Amino acid sequence: MGQCGAMTEVTETQLPGVGVRHEFTTAGGDRTSVLSHRTGRRELAIYSRSDPDACSTVLHLAAEDARTLSELLGGNPVGEAASAVQRLEGVAIDWIRIRPGNDRAGTTIGDGRFRTRTGASVVALVRGDQTVPAPGPEVALAAEDIVVAVGTPDGLRQLRRLLEA
Amino acid sequence: MIPLVAAASGEAALAFVEIGAVALLLSVLARVAGRLGITAIPLYLLAGLAVGEGGVAPLDVSADFIGLAGEIGVLLLLLTLGLEYSADELRHGLRSGAVPGVVDAAVNFTPAFLVGLVLGWEPAAAVLLGGVCWVSSSGVVSKVLTDLDRLGNRETPGVLNLLVIEDLAMAIYLPVVGALVVGRGAGDTAVTVAIALAAVSLILVIALRWGDHLSRLLSPATDEALLLAVFGLTLLVGGLAQKVQVSAAIGAFLVGLALSGSVQARAAAVVGPLRDLFAATFFLFFSFSVDPADLVQVLVPAAGLTLVGVLGKLVSGWVAARSVGAGRPGRLRAGSVLIARGEFSIVIAALGAASADGAELGALAAAYVLMTAVVGPLAAKNADRLAARLVRTG
Repeated sequence: MGQCGAMTEVTETQLPGVGVRHEFTTAGGDRTSVLSHRTGRRELAIYSRSDPDACSTVLHLAAEDARTLSELLGGNPVGEAASAVQRLEGVAIDWIRIRPGNDRAGTTIGDGRFRTRTGASVVALVRGDQTVPAPGPEVALAAEDIVVAVGTPDGLRQLRRLLEA
Repeated sequence: MIPLVAAASGEAALAFVEIGAVALLLSVLARVAGRLGITAIPLYLLAGLAVGEGGVAPLDVSADFIGLAGEIGVLLLLLTLGLEYSADELRHGLRSGAVPGVVDAAVNFTPAFLVGLVLGWEPAAAVLLGGVCWVSSSGVVSKVLTDLDRLGNRETPGVLNLLVIEDLAMAIYLPVVGALVVGRGAGDTAVTVAIALAAVSLILVIALRWGDHLSRLLSPATDEALLLAVFGLTLLVGGLAQKVQVSAAIGAFLVGLALSGSVQARAAAVVGPLRDLFAATFFLFFSFSVDPADLVQVLVPAAGLTLVGVLGKLVSGWVAARSVGAGRPGRLRAGSVLIARGEFSIVIAALGAASADGAELGALAAAYVLMTAVVGPLAAKNADRLAARLVRTG
């Protein structure tokens, strides 16, 4: 999966029958993870410094608590969409960069007929610091844009081929 | 007609009273188990001993009903187990958990199988005993992991992958032993085993390939319609599987696997309460047929097997946790959490109930599950302390 903007490196682990866990190390050196249960419940865990495999603190969050916390922390809609999408089987999300000199730069999303051809939908464009959520067919792609798309893994592969051609 | 109805209703009244009293008893036991932080299964087994043959308050008229309800309980147990994992998770688990899975089978199945042979049992019964001692209780494991806040730990994916492997192994093991138990000559047995495996592969392919269609077909259903559809499908496939000598339980398991996506989650939610009800009946009915006198006789071998089973799971947990990069304390925690055996062990022992060594096998399985289900959560709790000491001493 691609990365957008400056972000700490996050590792993803599947927990069969439970959900998915994302881990990262904070700038201060604390290992932290967010466990997303299939039910929408979250657990925020901080790992023990003496035993890095075990959690020293676990905070249990109901779905609405998690939303409140992410708002307080300044969560972004794209990231939230991404984690929501990951809970759906067979649906994937991808970030695709439009390289400078690409023929696609300057053409609109409608021109590309991406959804008709690949089944994948462009759900957002990340342009520098700005995010264009749910861009319409009239929105033109520009070099260095990051296209955020949702679809089947197959559809996303086709879309990547079209956009990187 | 009228006298008949009257007679039947007299009997029905007695059955209601019996079933009602038993259900209330189970409810109290479930609460006690919750307090103690263990699974209710061993307590249900004890209750079954008390109300079964030779027990303190044997049931009269409702035994047949409870028997059938118990059989349905097995199907629902396996159905919800299949619902637990998506096809993707199975594939992923198979890739990352194969080596620990093989170690797990070797150190847990083999000693128990040998004990069965030493006890002078038929090979088929020894294979069943091996299975009883092999498989951890995924119900207990996930409960203990949740209660002790270990889902975030590094070793946990290794533990969960091992459970996936064990469940998949059961998809092959159960039909094979099902065929072994009914088989007479060596040639006959080979044929029934082959038929069973072919049927399982066929259902598995259908489940993985066309499961999406089934899920899409069911997804617009209301909760009520979904419950009836899933229940009906489970019994139907289970019954057909039984007809071709594959255990009905496996048919139900594969129905669970076939459902995916949002239907999977909804089905698990609507079937859950029904499963609890029927599964409790199953554990109760299983120990009906266990003679309390037999249970006392097998206490020594059961204690020996428990000791071996604890060591075996410590080994497989160690290997599974190491495969995901956990340190020594994590490996110890992983092993301890896997000790408890439960629902699968009883399902396996029930398969052999009709065989020559069935009575002894049933008693041994009940004693074994009782012991490991109590020792397991205790060990898991204390592994934390032991692990903490390991960390401090280096």
